[in-house]
Amino acid sequence: MASSEVARHLKRENIRSLTMSGHVGFESLPDQLVNRSIQQGFCFNILCVGETGIGKSTLINTLFNTNFEDHESSHFCPDVKLKAQTYELQESNVRLKLTIVNTVGFGDQINKEESYQPIVDYIDAQFEAYLQEELKIKRSLFTYHDSRIHVCLYFISPTGHSLKTLDLLTMKNLDSKVNIIPVIAKADTVSKTELQKFKIKLMSELVSNGVQIYQFPTDDDTSAKINAAMNEQLPFAVVGSMDEVKVGNKMVKARQYPWGVVQVENENHCDFVKLREMLICTNMEDLREQTHTRHYELYRRCKLEEMGFTDVGPENKPVSLQETYEAKRHEFHGECQRKEEEMKQMFVQRVKEKEAMLKEAERELQAKFEHLERLHQEERMKLEEKRRLLEEEIIAFSKKKATTEICHNQSFLATGRNLWKDKDRKNSNFL
Amino acid sequence: MDPLRRSPSPCSSSRPSSPSTPACEMFGPIGIEAVLGQLKIKAMKMGFEFNIMVVGQSGLGKSTMVNTLFKSKVWKSNPPGLGLPTPQTLQLHSVTHVIEEKGVKLKLTVTDTPGFGDQINNDNWDPILGYINEQYERYLQEEILITRRHHIPDTRVHCCVYFVPPTGHCLRPLDIEFLQRLCRTVNVVPVIARADSLTMEEREAFRHRIQKNLRTHCIDVYPQKCFDEDINDKILNSKLRDRIPFAVVGADREHLVNGRCVLGRKTKWGIIEVENMAHCEFPLLRDLLIRSHLQDLKDITHNVHYENYRVIRLNESHLLPRGPGWVNLDPASPGQLTSRRPFKVCRGAHDVSEDEF
Repeated sequence: MASSEVARHLKRENIRSLTMSGHVGFESLPDQLVNRSIQQGFCFNILCVGETGIGKSTLINTLFNTNFEDHESSHFCPDVKLKAQTYELQESNVRLKLTIVNTVGFGDQINKEESYQPIVDYIDAQFEAYLQEELKIKRSLFTYHDSRIHVCLYFISPTGHSLKTLDLLTMKNLDSKVNIIPVIAKADTVSKTELQKFKIKLMSELVSNGVQIYQFPTDDDTSAKINAAMNEQLPFAVVGSMDEVKVGNKMVKARQYPWGVVQVENENHCDFVKLREMLICTNMEDLREQTHTRHYELYRRCKLEEMGFTDVGPENKPVSLQETYEAKRHEFHGECQRKEEEMKQMFVQRVKEKEAMLKEAERELQAKFEHLERLHQEERMKLEEKRRLLEEEIIAFSKKKATTEICHNQSFLATGRNLWKDKDRKNSNFL
Repeated sequence: MDPLRRSPSPCSSSRPSSPSTPACEMFGPIGIEAVLGQLKIKAMKMGFEFNIMVVGQSGLGKSTMVNTLFKSKVWKSNPPGLGLPTPQTLQLHSVTHVIEEKGVKLKLTVTDTPGFGDQINNDNWDPILGYINEQYERYLQEEILITRRHHIPDTRVHCCVYFVPPTGHCLRPLDIEFLQRLCRTVNVVPVIARADSLTMEEREAFRHRIQKNLRTHCIDVYPQKCFDEDINDKILNSKLRDRIPFAVVGADREHLVNGRCVLGRKTKWGIIEVENMAHCEFPLLRDLLIRSHLQDLKDITHNVHYENYRVIRLNESHLLPRGPGWVNLDPASPGQLTSRRPFKVCRGAHDVSEDEF
């Protein structure tokens, strides 16, 4: 048992037990611990996985004896989404922050291959958030709102035959990440004899497929017996209802049918009371502990190993995070340098090419320019020639003109006097 | 209010943290209270750990005090220093026991420091601070392993009881220097040792002067004011703070007084009863350390002092920019750490109105 383990451990460490001669007073230690927990408050996160309309919300309402949410979910979601709601409950001096995560649209699609993936991703995301907080330099774990899923209630349809493939597939993917408690929903549709056979069938299927569901712990004296008995009764067949019906002279939570009344809290009718006992009254702390010490540590280990950190190096010598980190950093730096070099080379290359191109263009232009200039020159010479010719002609013409004028003048002078005389006679005739 | 108090920021959009969670009324009890019982069972199974360190000059009755506190012979042989020559250097002497009371197991580690303040030149307190930091380092190394242990053994010093010699005047320079350094890394509870050499009036005067000294030099002893969570804590702790440092007397012999068997010191002028509040304040010390504040001491060590140490260690290697996923560690020498002034990470206080949850 636990005490002998402790004794053995102590012997190994050479610590001796001391006997006290009087009352010291540290038996109040558990109370001090409890007081601190009361001050801090508790956190509990439940994930409900099941098809739409199977009674998840009703069961949660019944479990916590309150009305959380009213509207029904639609059947027409294109893929599975997870909806989380956080509530604060208080019972005497215990404050509980309860988070209910519902799968919306689970089992509604035509192709259900990817149905379980959003659930796994959600659970991983909560672990990741916690891991990030834990790895921070300045962290505040004691005020951190722990959103890791502590328990997954898996709702099995009451077909009476066996597990659906979708159920098997989903549970197989979830069992290493979260504590699974399977429940048979709407158990009032299954008769007692069928129920027994159904339970046996379900458990054998789970075992043969290697699905690890949550086992109530049997290592503690106070709750070992009851936990062991409950382990036999898994999966619990539950009925949920918030409606009250008068039975005898009391109002009880029940479902009323024409043929009778199914009482929720009657152990003969369904296992609801057992579920509530196990989930809340007896094992809530164990569920939280399992999540933290088993599932979260597994996730953390895998994640860190994925990032490349190990505890033990290649020659089996313990390797500190520092060395691994240095090695990675070197690698990364080397990689960066290499890339930088590459880019530099590429840049130089491109520049060269561009330069060559531009030079080529320049040369071409130069050639063109010269060609044009030559043409221009030739044209000019031609025009000069023409001009010269023209000028010569002009000179010749003007010479000719001059000589003709002189001749004309001479002849005019000779005949001009006669004309004048004629003119005078004419004019005098008039007068 | 606490400047570091902030609501947990959602790291990804899929985190269900809503700043205002509706409070729901339950129509009847469902048994949430039972979780307290579950916690108790778990705690009893695991057992508790408590590490205490006593610091003071030799001859002040440290070992006797430890024996009186835990009502047993904690030291296997004669208390170190008794009849032996004073050690030449400051040493640390640790012993671990498991004590059980009414089903509650407590693993107690007591560290003594013979040789403190006894040499000519007493400015060498590195061994003590080094020891404290070494325990933090050990815990940190365990915490950052890939494959962690289920339960990390806690060897960190939860409380350091500092014995002030009953001069009646005020704190000496050695006391002030050491307390200043010590307060930043560990919870310190100063006590006036061998208080039977002071009369009641002298005690009060001495106490007031010490309190004034502490205030002047900004020495923050346990219970620290900034960690008071709510009004009840404030009231309780203020009462304690008024009486710190406690004037204590240690004794491990029993004597007969008025027909009762009590622990006390027998002198020619009377018997000083250790557990009599009129004679000395030992019951207050015992209650503080064991009956009411043990868990709180452990919490503050874990949430504040250890986190401070961790931040310094992780910030120390200034090689690459830090991101949330990277853990930089460098083997650091204790001298490097003690010369720094660690900034205080104040513990977030929980309000009665849970407007952050």
